[in-house]
Formats: sequence, C-alpha cells, structure tokens
Amino acid sequence: MLKISDTEEVIFSPELISKFNEIVARYPEGKQKSALLPVLHLVQAEYGWVSTPAMNKVADYLDIKPIEVYEVATFYTMFFLEPKGKYVLEVCRTGPCSIVGADKMMKYIEQKLGVKEGEVTEDGLFSWRGVECLAACGMAPVLQIGPDYTYYENLNEAKVDELIDSLRLKTVEKPQIN
Amino acid sequence: MGRKLLLEHINVPGINTFEVYRQKGGYRAVEKVLRAMSPEDVVEEVKKSGLRGRGGAGFPTGMKWSFLAKPEGKPRYLVCNGDESEPGTFKDRYLMTHIPHALIEGMIVSSFALGANTSYIYVRGEMMPQIRILEKAIAEAKNAGFLGKNILGSGFDLELYVQPGGGAYICGEETALIESLEGKRGNPRIKPPFPAISGLYNCPTVVNNVESIAATVPIINDGGEEYAKIGLGRSTGTKLISASGNLNKPGVYEIELGVSVEEFLYSEEYCGGIANGKRLKAVVAGGSSVPILPANLILKTVNNEPRLMTYESLADGGFASGTMLGSGGFIAYDEDQCIVRNTWNFSRFYHHESCGQCSPCREGTGWMEKVLHRLEYGHGKLSDIDLLVDVSKKIEGNTICPLGDAAAWPVASAIRHFRDEFEWHVTNPQEAVSRNYGLAHYADPLPKLENVAAS
Ligand SMILES: Cc1cc2nc3c(=O)[nH]c(=O)nc-3n(C[C@H](O)[C@H](O)[C@H](O)COP(=O)(O)O)c2cc1C
Ligand code: SF4
Ligand code: FES
Repeated sequence: MLKISDTEEVIFSPELISKFNEIVARYPEGKQKSALLPVLHLVQAEYGWVSTPAMNKVADYLDIKPIEVYEVATFYTMFFLEPKGKYVLEVCRTGPCSIVGADKMMKYIEQKLGVKEGEVTEDGLFSWRGVECLAACGMAPVLQIGPDYTYYENLNEAKVDELIDSLRLKTVEKPQIN
Repeated sequence: MGRKLLLEHINVPGINTFEVYRQKGGYRAVEKVLRAMSPEDVVEEVKKSGLRGRGGAGFPTGMKWSFLAKPEGKPRYLVCNGDESEPGTFKDRYLMTHIPHALIEGMIVSSFALGANTSYIYVRGEMMPQIRILEKAIAEAKNAGFLGKNILGSGFDLELYVQPGGGAYICGEETALIESLEGKRGNPRIKPPFPAISGLYNCPTVVNNVESIAATVPIINDGGEEYAKIGLGRSTGTKLISASGNLNKPGVYEIELGVSVEEFLYSEEYCGGIANGKRLKAVVAGGSSVPILPANLILKTVNNEPRLMTYESLADGGFASGTMLGSGGFIAYDEDQCIVRNTWNFSRFYHHESCGQCSPCREGTGWMEKVLHRLEYGHGKLSDIDLLVDVSKKIEGNTICPLGDAAAWPVASAIRHFRDEFEWHVTNPQEAVSRNYGLAHYADPLPKLENVAAS
C-alpha cells in the first residue's frame, strides 16, 4: 500500500543529481523514463526508503507524471515505501534455500532481533524479511543487505551472530568525515 | 574431464580484470569479427554452432538473430537478459562475478552481428555487486579501445550500459524485461509483435541470456563447426549447470551436453553424490518451472535407458515421465524432503511473482498456494488433490506469458509422480506436520518402472 502521510520535503543534493544525469545519458533522446529504476535505487540508497515527496521529485526530474513513478515503485519488491531499519536483512526463502535450512535461519534471525518480519528494531538499526530466490542457491542459505546488497552465503547461526554484531559495532564507531 | 569453454580460466587469479583476461586470449573474438568478418558471417557461424538459447527455452540463437528486422533509419538493440531469478539457477551470477569480460566480449561480438550500436545488460537489482563488477569491466574494456567509437579502427561504434531491475521474477520474461528497461512495470506484452520486429522503444530488438552471449566467444574463436562437435545431436556445446539442494558439492559446473545424469549427480568431477549419506528422492532438473521427477525417472527413462543431460533426453517421455533442461537449474532433494512442502513453496513463489494481468494466472496461482498450504499443514481433503490438477490445467496455455505454465507444471508433475505422498498428508494430518513421508518407492534402487509409466 502506498503511504502518503509522509510530508517531509526532499531536496536532492547536487551530487545525487549529477549521478541522475549520468544515467539519463544512457538512453536515446526523449527516453529518459528508462532511468526510473536506477534513479529510484539511488534515492533509496540515499534515504533508506522511497517516500512520496521523493517520488514526486523524481517525477519532476524525469519530466513524467507522479503516478508513473508510484506505479513502478509499488510493483518492484526492492523499493521500500516506508522507513525500515538501517540494515534490512533479506533472507532467501525459496525452495532450494528452504530445503537446506533457510526456514530455520529466518526463525533464528526473528528471535535474535526480537522483531517480526517487516518490523524495525527499537534502536532503528534492523529489519528483516524473506525474499525470493537470490540466484545463489548453491551457496544456501543466503541473505543480502542493502544499500550495497552484499551477499552472505552458506549461513549458519554463528555467521548470523557475527554479522549482526559487526553491524551493531559499525554504528557506534565515529562517523567518518571526508 | 569435459571440455571447458566458458569457465576454462575461472580459477586464474585476476581473471576478473581486463589485463589477465586479455593475457589468457580474451578479446580475440572481437579482433576476429571486426577485422575479418561481416555481421552476416558472424550470424552464420552462430547458426553453424547449433547454440540454443541458455535462458530456458532453448531456441536456436543464430535463427533468432536472423529474424531481426532491419528497417532503414531505425536503431536495433541487443539486450542481455541477466535477470536470473528462476529458483535453482545461479550460473549467470557466477559468470558475471568471476569472469565479467567473457560477457562484455560476447556483447561486442553479438552487437556487431546484429548491427546494434547501443546495447544494454539488464541485471536484476539484487545483483548490485555484479552490476558494479560489470561497470568496472566495461570501463576497462572502453579504456583499452574495445568499446566506444570506431572500435579497433573498424568503424563500428558500441556503447554498453548496465541496467538494474527492481526485484521481480517476471522481468526475466523478455517483453516484461523490455517494459522494465523502458521504466515501466514489468507487465509482459502480448505477442505479436515480437521483439525482433518491435522491442525496446518499438525498435527491432534481440534479447539473449548471459550464457548464450558469452558462448558466442568460443564459437567465433574456434568456429561454429568445432563448437557443434561438442555435445550430442541437437544439444551442442557446453552448458553451465547450477547444482543446488542436498548435494555434497553444490555449485556451478560446465558440462559437455550429453553426460549422464547419474555421472553428473554422483561423480567426483561434479556433484559428488547426495549429502550426509542420504539417498536421492527427486530432482528438478531445469529450474523451478520444469516438472519434478522422482529419482528413478531422472536417472533412467521409462525405457530403462540412462537419462542424459541434453535437451532431448531430459524431455524424453514428455510430461508423463520426462522433464526439461530449461535454464539448467538442477535441484536435488534427499529422502528427508517433503514434496508437498516444496510444491507449496514454489506455488507461493509464482503467486508472489505473477504480474496480475491475466486472471487465470493471478487467481489460479493464489488458489494453488492456498490449497497446498492447507494440505501441507494437515487441513486438506482428498478432493483437494484433483482440485489442484484442475486449477493447474485451467492456467496452462491460457495466459499472456509462460509464467502461468511455469506455475502449473510443478504442481501437476508433483501430483503425477508423488500422489501417494499428497494422499498421506490428508490421511495422516498429524504425522504430516511432524515428519516427512520419506522415500516410498521413488528412489534408487530402481523400483518397478511399469508403475510409473502407467500413471
Ligand atoms: C517467467 C519467465 C522468466 C524468465 N526468466 C528468465 C531469466 O531470468 N533469464 C533469462 O535469460 N531468460 C528468462 N526467461 C526467458 C526469456 O523470456 C527469453 O526467452 C530469453 O532471455 C531469451 O534468451 P536466450 O534465447 O538466449 O535463451 C524467462 C521467461 C519467462 C516466461
Ligand atoms: S501469465 Fe501471469 S505473469 Fe504472465 S502476463 Fe499473465 S498474469 Fe502476468
Ligand atoms: S533459492 Fe535461495 S538463492 Fe535460490
């Protein structure tokens, strides 16, 4: 469902706009709508999710109607239409992963994070959800985490512990200034 | 050891870089086509090779290329299908990760053959790491003069771009992929017109799988006839097989088409047998969309001939007792796996991934998921089994794109070959939630084949 209660205005940084421009240049004249998916990925990487004001701004930028952006953002499962944890653990739940332990991994993650699928931990750091085959079935069970979508393969409980602990640590480190 | 054409250098350190790939003979095919061949020659070579599309349908690549319309004044496009979302398939991701220049080189060769000056590699959005790898490889190739304007002084121009998807299995279907590349929802188009006439931006377009495009490189280097000598009959060349499930050595293997299923499953060169000393119960041989077969029928046909890894042998027996090579997603199930649960899992997948345009697919997949769920959790009725068959028949052949069939076949075949396991879920609901049905008579040592043939 589209959430339209979010009202905070979004202003794209010049760096982001220049990345958009680079993408639009890949398509023929007048076909700039082709940039929509890559642009939405950049927006989500920047803000953690895709808000309605952000979608409206994307529509402005690409010179298309806002509905054309909503249509796409709601169709594709990778775009978050509401805020999520800073790290979203996306665990493959499809057949080949399921028969070698994905179901157990999801239960373990649920219990470790203490939140249900799709919810956000109190500290705002984590969410998790089951997703469909990630094309890593031979290295199952597997999960990935945006915004760079690194894959973590051949999962077991110890690896999940290590991963979640290291992500927690990262957030208490001093933010890098560059 | 079988011949390796795509993965020969996969273990060479640094093969993911331009420099090492080039040292190992990379980009020779580009030099050859640009210096010594016409586009028609390239198409002819690919025709001679007998290469069949590696994306799942197995349609001859050279023939597909020769259908491309060439109207004056309209650009033509080559779009590489790197959506790889078929459960059980992970070979394209493997290739793009470890030897990205094989795809870039194939894209240059294929674009030249088709007269495309702008080509796109559409990669599912989840594969951001692979997208970064490909973008780096493209920059390296461009830097070395293999992309851009007037490549190697031949007058041929090519720009190559990587396009991310957004998480939708249906975008692997070629017309949905084109819609997605145009910045729209991934709704498959009604055909005709076919992409060869009107595809991307209504221009003539060829969509080919990652592996098909990479395979043009050895075809050009060695010649189509040499390529066609590998393999068996109309299944020429080598094929990447993604092996997953309960195997000792799951992974991506390049096989010469024609090795036996038994050798592939049990030999040390390939999967090394079933994990944990278990026995084999069933195999899905070509990605989740193809019919599942019990162990006895995947190892031997009903005529008691060894089953081979070829398009023809896997399909031997039709849907009654055969399956399909599909995308080469080979999933092995051991004796502890529950067929009903797996069928429900796949149904959930197809329901989740249906684009929703056709009611038989949108409603039917949801219905099958629901009925399978109640069977798996011990609330099913015996009549549910025939209901599932009925629904699957009503979906099959009645939809805009083949996703409907892909959703119907796994259900129909699971019931065809494992009906007693479905019945057991109804008659033993308590047990069904606490343990698995086990092997029954589906596995090696081979059972009486007459029984299977009759059903
Ligand atoms: C639902 C559906 C999903 C598909 N997914 C893929 C895919 O992920 N990758 C792929 O190469 N082909 C996929 N295909 C097949 C493509 O439509 C198309 O036939 C293929 O990309 C052509 O390439 P080829 O001739 O080189 O095999 C899919 C087809 C359907 C119906
Ligand atoms: S068969 Fe299913 S996925 Fe294909 S177009 Fe129809 S509704 Fe969409
Ligand atoms: S089924 Fe999990 S990665 Fe393919």
